[in-house]
Amino acid sequence: MAQTIQGKTGEWEIVIGMEIHAQIISESKLFSGASATFGGEPNTHVSFVDAAMPGMLPVLNEKCVEQAIRTGLGLNAQINKNSIFARKNYFYPDLPQGYQISQYEKPIVGQGKIEIDLAGGQTKEIGITRLHLEQDAGKSVHDLHPKKSYVDLNRSGCALMEIVSDPDIRGPEEATAYLSKIRMILRYLGTCDGNMEEGSMRADVNISVRKPGAPYGTRCEVKNVNSLKAVQQAIEFEAVRQVEILEDGGSIDQETRLWDPAKMETRSMRSKEEAHDYRYFPDPDLLPLNLEQGWIDGIKKTLPELPDQKKHRFIETYGLSAYDAGVLIAERERADYFETATKGRDAKLAANWVINELLGILNKNGKTIADSPVSAANLGGLIELISDDTISGKIAKDVFADMFATGKAPAAIVEEKGLKQVTDTGFIETVINEVIAENPDNVAAYRGGKDKLFGFFVGQVMKKTQGKANPGAVNDLLKKKLDG
Amino acid sequence: MTELTSLTIAAALKGLEKGDFTAVELTQAHLDKMDKYRALNAFIVETPDLAKKQAQESDKRRASGTVGALEGIPLGIKDLFCTKGVQTTAASHILEGFIPQYESTVTSKLFEDGAIMLGKMNLDEFAMGSSNTTSYFGNVISPWKNKNKPDAQLVPGGSSGGSAAAVSAGMVMGATGTDTGGSIRQPAAFCGISGIKPTYGRCSRWGIVAFASSLDQAGTFARTVEDNAIMLRSMSGHDPKDSTSAKIAVPDFTKALTGDIRGKTVGIPKEYRVDGMPAEIEKLWQQGIDWIHASGAKTVEVSLPHTKYALATYYVIAPAEASSNLARYDGVRYGLRIPSENLRETYEKTRAEGFGDEVKRRIMIGTYVLSAGYYDAYYIKAQKVRRLIVNDFMNAFEKCDVLLTPTAPSGPFAIGENDDDPIKMYLNDVFTVPASLAGLPGMSVPAGLDADSLPLGLQIIGRPWDEETVFKVAGVIESLAQFTHRPA
Repeated sequence: MAQTIQGKTGEWEIVIGMEIHAQIISESKLFSGASATFGGEPNTHVSFVDAAMPGMLPVLNEKCVEQAIRTGLGLNAQINKNSIFARKNYFYPDLPQGYQISQYEKPIVGQGKIEIDLAGGQTKEIGITRLHLEQDAGKSVHDLHPKKSYVDLNRSGCALMEIVSDPDIRGPEEATAYLSKIRMILRYLGTCDGNMEEGSMRADVNISVRKPGAPYGTRCEVKNVNSLKAVQQAIEFEAVRQVEILEDGGSIDQETRLWDPAKMETRSMRSKEEAHDYRYFPDPDLLPLNLEQGWIDGIKKTLPELPDQKKHRFIETYGLSAYDAGVLIAERERADYFETATKGRDAKLAANWVINELLGILNKNGKTIADSPVSAANLGGLIELISDDTISGKIAKDVFADMFATGKAPAAIVEEKGLKQVTDTGFIETVINEVIAENPDNVAAYRGGKDKLFGFFVGQVMKKTQGKANPGAVNDLLKKKLDG
Repeated sequence: MTELTSLTIAAALKGLEKGDFTAVELTQAHLDKMDKYRALNAFIVETPDLAKKQAQESDKRRASGTVGALEGIPLGIKDLFCTKGVQTTAASHILEGFIPQYESTVTSKLFEDGAIMLGKMNLDEFAMGSSNTTSYFGNVISPWKNKNKPDAQLVPGGSSGGSAAAVSAGMVMGATGTDTGGSIRQPAAFCGISGIKPTYGRCSRWGIVAFASSLDQAGTFARTVEDNAIMLRSMSGHDPKDSTSAKIAVPDFTKALTGDIRGKTVGIPKEYRVDGMPAEIEKLWQQGIDWIHASGAKTVEVSLPHTKYALATYYVIAPAEASSNLARYDGVRYGLRIPSENLRETYEKTRAEGFGDEVKRRIMIGTYVLSAGYYDAYYIKAQKVRRLIVNDFMNAFEKCDVLLTPTAPSGPFAIGENDDDPIKMYLNDVFTVPASLAGLPGMSVPAGLDADSLPLGLQIIGRPWDEETVFKVAGVIESLAQFTHRPA
């Protein structure tokens, strides 16, 4: 489903390729033993290597390599058994070495592909060009002093994966779907927390436009696109900008542009002429990285079930709709929660409760599924109470609210508050008799043809039983009494 | 008793063991010699207090029965090795005042074996040079004199000029060096001492200020082959902190000094007979060949056809790596900073003032050869030629065990003599650079004097990891050359 722009001269197609920088989850940095954990006082997670002291040398962190392989496998990609680290040379105060160790000609991961989910349950395949390992830079802080800048090297040397897509993405919807899917896969794999707010996942978007069927147009790279919303907005703005230039007879300059979320526009950062010459060359401090097939196979065995596999299994095994399955697998923890809650119980009912009730109340309270006061086992217990008619669906909602507030088990709440459904027909009959006796006029009216009054009698009975009477039993008995 | 400062390391170790003298006395004798020869400017920093303290501790260890392989031996450390708490400059203004908070692996190993540091030796700035005339801290002057021009100040060779001069003058018993294209072998030849650059990967580069990472290798200077063997064993070994250091066992190199090279084949590379080579160098080389024959080994002519491209290849690869390695000296975190109004100017002024001309020249060459549009023509081509040069050596080693060549194409020259022509200066390394490109072990041993009564060296190049045969052959040449000349 291509998303196009309608211009003065007709339809334009938006062509997008994305570069995603994902911080690898690891104890220590890519080439040093310093801590790679987020936060910490400025310049406290810095080794001599990270500060590029004279004579310091990088030593590759095996864990980071494993994470990259894991990710490559999760992206259905080729793992390159021979890859090379290269230096990307440029000067900046938060780049202590004066070069970033990255991979250039021989990345660790080659061609792959993922499936993205679009509206209406449609899917589309997006090609992955490559994934390579590289060092993160430090952070420059410009707003602490009117004339000085400060540098924090805590991030300097942390491991990043750069995931480059083929130019297969057409329009903002596909772009956000792609980014979401990559994030989901990385989170499933445990290789990146995907937290865009903290900057542990960042995206650069390459955008060009063309008439359908025409060759690719000249692209602009848009940087600083740091949320799903920003991706969408930046593409919408940039595509329109390019179409307007082209329709006015102009041409697109290949350049790097910056997304300004405040002004909602992209603006030129540097032209092709001003582009850095990074003078890439193989890093002589590091040997070529040669991987053994056995190691790769071992990592493959530890891969979790990935989102798409899980989705298909949920549809087939639990009979869920594609939509419900999609919502449930969006996070690994959510899917796990569902599977625990539904074990041996009605899956559709469980899916409804997780999606409509649990996610709703968690969202309202700013909580995640990980810190949900209602455990998966307890939600499962509640579903069981509904299924075996111990409580009604209506009562269940009250019990659930109580569970969310107190964290108690549903059975305990039902017991404590005496919420068990009353199915004792003798008792219900007694109450019905009372109601009939108390409302002779309405009884007469009903029997005279005012059918609508039936609901009044049901209400009265429920009121007298504090809602605990089994609604089915009440209906049956009332009908018998009134009509009989 | 022989003067303490003319002892070999091997003899000093015996003397210390027998109790003929203490490490404190041995150290003091060398400190006195340093006073005497201070005008040679061999040291950037002298560390007499540290040396005396280390000597006292060494004597205590010896008394308690703990004796390292270099227990109590006073050494000079090239100021390219980071030494914890002691200024380390690489002879550059840009690192003036820099005091590392860490100790290089090589110096750590030496100290663990009981060595004593007398100070940090002068060198060419960032080890870039062949005459020790590019140091920000002034030229090193060779202790040798040209008998025909006795007033001329001579170069000690470079880049490890301070180390070679100090060993030659008896200020230190041995010294560390680094060799990227000849920086140990050429000054060893110029100063009439022995020096070895081991196989690339034999010594850890961790804590050594980098010049050209794929070529830099630590090594040793001493007055005898045996002393080099003792020191090198101590310095060598795999280091997990250097990914390019090899997991290969370190033998006791002194065991190779049997004096017996019968059955060995020594290759004589014909391409090393370069045009315009002085006759006395030719003669020295022939003398070396005769000594090999006299020792019961044979020689065979071999061909290293790509030799003529080695210097050009070296002067693409080494500057390329240097231009990147030296990017970290930006005035932001340590060393010199010339503050300015904005970042770009701070970089420009700091680096303009912090680096000398030769360093700037190589940064510019290196930046150029890595630039878009030139990378393939220079850097990639150079890497390919480097591979061909490696293959040349491997083919030659099918026919022989080691190679014998002159160390340098000329004897020592006067300070300033080659300064106006960088190419002429680069030619000093024509015989040492090929082995560097191939990562091979190479050793220079003093073999004779030229017409000016100045020392000349012969170079022995070995197979990768076969320093033992290099030492073995060098030991034979040393014993036959009977080179006993010392500077005045």
